[in-house]
Amino acid sequence: MTGLHRRKIVNALAAVVFALMVVLAVIPLFHVLIYVVKQGLPGLSWTFLTSLPAPVGVPGGGMGNAILGSLILVSIATLVSVPLGIGTGIFLSEWGRGRFGALVRWVADILSGAPSIVVGLFIYSLVVVPMRGFSALSGGLALAVLMMPTVARSTEQMLRMVPHTLREASLALGATWAQTVWRVVMPAARKGILTGVMLSVARVMGETAPLIVTAFGSGFWPTSIFKPIAAVPLQVFVYAISPYPSWQQQAWTGALTLVLLVLFINIFARLLLRDRGAQGR
Amino acid sequence: MGTMPDVGADQTVKIDVENLDLFYGKQQALFGVSMSVPARAVTALIGPSGCGKSTFLRTLNRMNDLIAGVRISGTVRIDGTDIYSPWIDVVDLRKRVGMVFQRPNPFPMSVYDNVAYGPRIHGLRNRRKLDEIVENSLRRAALWDEVKDRLHQPALGLSGGQQQRLCIARLLAVEPEVVLMDEPTSALDPISTLRIEELIADLKETYTIVIVTHNMQQAARVSDYTAFFLNGELVEFNATAELFTKPKDKRTEDYITGRFG
Ligand SMILES: Nc1ncnc2c1ncn2[C@@H]1O[C@H](COP(=O)(O)OP(=O)(O)OP(=O)(O)O)[C@@H](O)[C@H]1O
Ligand SMILES: [Mg+2]
Repeated sequence: MTGLHRRKIVNALAAVVFALMVVLAVIPLFHVLIYVVKQGLPGLSWTFLTSLPAPVGVPGGGMGNAILGSLILVSIATLVSVPLGIGTGIFLSEWGRGRFGALVRWVADILSGAPSIVVGLFIYSLVVVPMRGFSALSGGLALAVLMMPTVARSTEQMLRMVPHTLREASLALGATWAQTVWRVVMPAARKGILTGVMLSVARVMGETAPLIVTAFGSGFWPTSIFKPIAAVPLQVFVYAISPYPSWQQQAWTGALTLVLLVLFINIFARLLLRDRGAQGR
Repeated sequence: MGTMPDVGADQTVKIDVENLDLFYGKQQALFGVSMSVPARAVTALIGPSGCGKSTFLRTLNRMNDLIAGVRISGTVRIDGTDIYSPWIDVVDLRKRVGMVFQRPNPFPMSVYDNVAYGPRIHGLRNRRKLDEIVENSLRRAALWDEVKDRLHQPALGLSGGQQQRLCIARLLAVEPEVVLMDEPTSALDPISTLRIEELIADLKETYTIVIVTHNMQQAARVSDYTAFFLNGELVEFNATAELFTKPKDKRTEDYITGRFG
C-alpha cells in the first residue's frame, strides 16, 4: 500500500518537474517571438514590404529589395545544396558503410560546426576574389555550403529510419538498389527530408556574417546574380546599429519579416507535400 | 542431385541444392544441405528456432547477399542453372524467385501502387495493362472483393491479414516461378491464416512454393513435402504424410512429437 503510494507520488513529482522544464525552455522562445512582434508590427506596412530603403530623415522607405534579395539568395542556396545534400545523404545511408563514408560523414560534421563567417571567407577567397566583386551568386553559394551538411546528415538519418523490411520487399520483387531507393525509400522518408531542408533554410535565412563578405548588401533592386544584393538580415544589422530611431524601428520590422518569411516558406512546403502524400507517390 | 523425397521420385525438380554451407562471418549456419525441391508443389521447412530455416530460404533468391559477411559454398540450381554463378543477374533471379516475409511489409503507398510496383519497375507503363494485372493479382490473392473500392487508399490502412495477402498479390504481379514464404501467417489471426493457407493450396497449381513454418499442423495441412532442419543440417526430407507418420530419424520423431524444440 505504502509502496504504491510512494510510486504514485514520485511519478506525479516527475511529471511536474518535466512540465516545469518544458515551460522554462518555452518561455524565452515565446518571449523573443512576442517581443519581435510587439516591436516590429508598428512598422509593418505595404510600403515597408515593397519599397527601397529611404535616406535618413526621409519618411517611408522599406526593405522590398532586401526581402526579394533574401528570397533570391536562399533560392540559390537551396537549388545548389538540396540536390547535393540529398545525394550525399543517400550515399551515406545506402552505401556509406566503409571508410569513405566515414570520411564524408566526418567532413560534413566539421562543416556543420564551422562558424558561418569562416564559410563566408572561404567563398570570398574562392568566388568573390576571382570574380572581382561581391555578388548574389557568391552569397547564395556561401549559404549553400552552410545548408549542405545539415541537409546531407538529416537526409541520411531519415533514410536510415525507413525500415529495412521495405528495402527487402522491393529487392525481392526484382528491383535494383537504385529503383528501391528512388521509389520506396525516398518517398517513405520524404516528410523527414523536407523537415531537414526547412530547418536549414530557416537557419540560413537569418545568416548575416557570411553575407557581409559575399552578397555585401545593396540599396537597389536586384538586377543580376553577378551584382551585390541586399538581404534582410544585412539590412537589419545596419539599421539596428544606427543611431536613428526610424531606422531602428525598421530593424525590428525587418526582424519580424524574417520570422514571417521562414513561417510562410514552411507552410508552403508542407502544403506542397500534403497533396502528394495522401495517395503515396 | 540433392536428397529427393522418396514419393516424389518421378517429380520434376525445380530447385536443386547440393552441399550448401553458409557462414555468417565465422559462425556457420548451414552444414552441407542437399535437397531437391519438387516443381509445382508445396515444400515446408520445419525445425526449432535458430536452426537455419530462414537462412536456407534466403539462399534461394540470394537475399543473403544483402547481409555483410555472408559466405556460401556448394551449389544451388534452379531449372539447372547455378544461381550463384557470376553470370547470373541477381535482379532477374529475384524476379523469378519471389518472397513473402514473416511480417506483412506493404509499401507506404496505395493498394494499387503496391501491386503495380513490380510491373512498373520492370518497365510496364500501359495503364490498361497495369489495371488488368492489378485486378488479376488481387483476385488470385483473394483480396479483390475486399479492396476493389479502396484501390487508391493507403495500403497501410488494411488489416494485417489483408496486408499479407496484398504482399502476395504484389508478388504474383511479377509472375515469379517460385514463391518463398517465411512464416507468412505467424503474425496473423486464425481466419486470415486460413485464407492464406487456402491461397497456397490454390497457388501450387502454378508455382513452386517453399514455406517456412513453426506450426506443424500448418505444415501438415498445406505441404506436399516437408524438410526437417536441426542446427543447420537437413535431418530428413520426405513426403509430408510420410514424415509426420513414419519419421525415419529419431530426431525428427522427437521434434514432431513435441519432445523438444
Ligand atoms: N544476419 C545474421 N548475422 C549473423 N547470424 C545470423 C544472422 N541471421 C541468422 N543468424 C544465425 O544463423 C542461425 C540460423 O538463423 P535463422 O534465422 O536462419 O533461423 P530460423 O530457423 O529461421 O529461426 P526462427 O524459426 O526463429 O526464425 C542462428 O544461429 C542465427 O543466430
Ligand atoms: Mg526464421
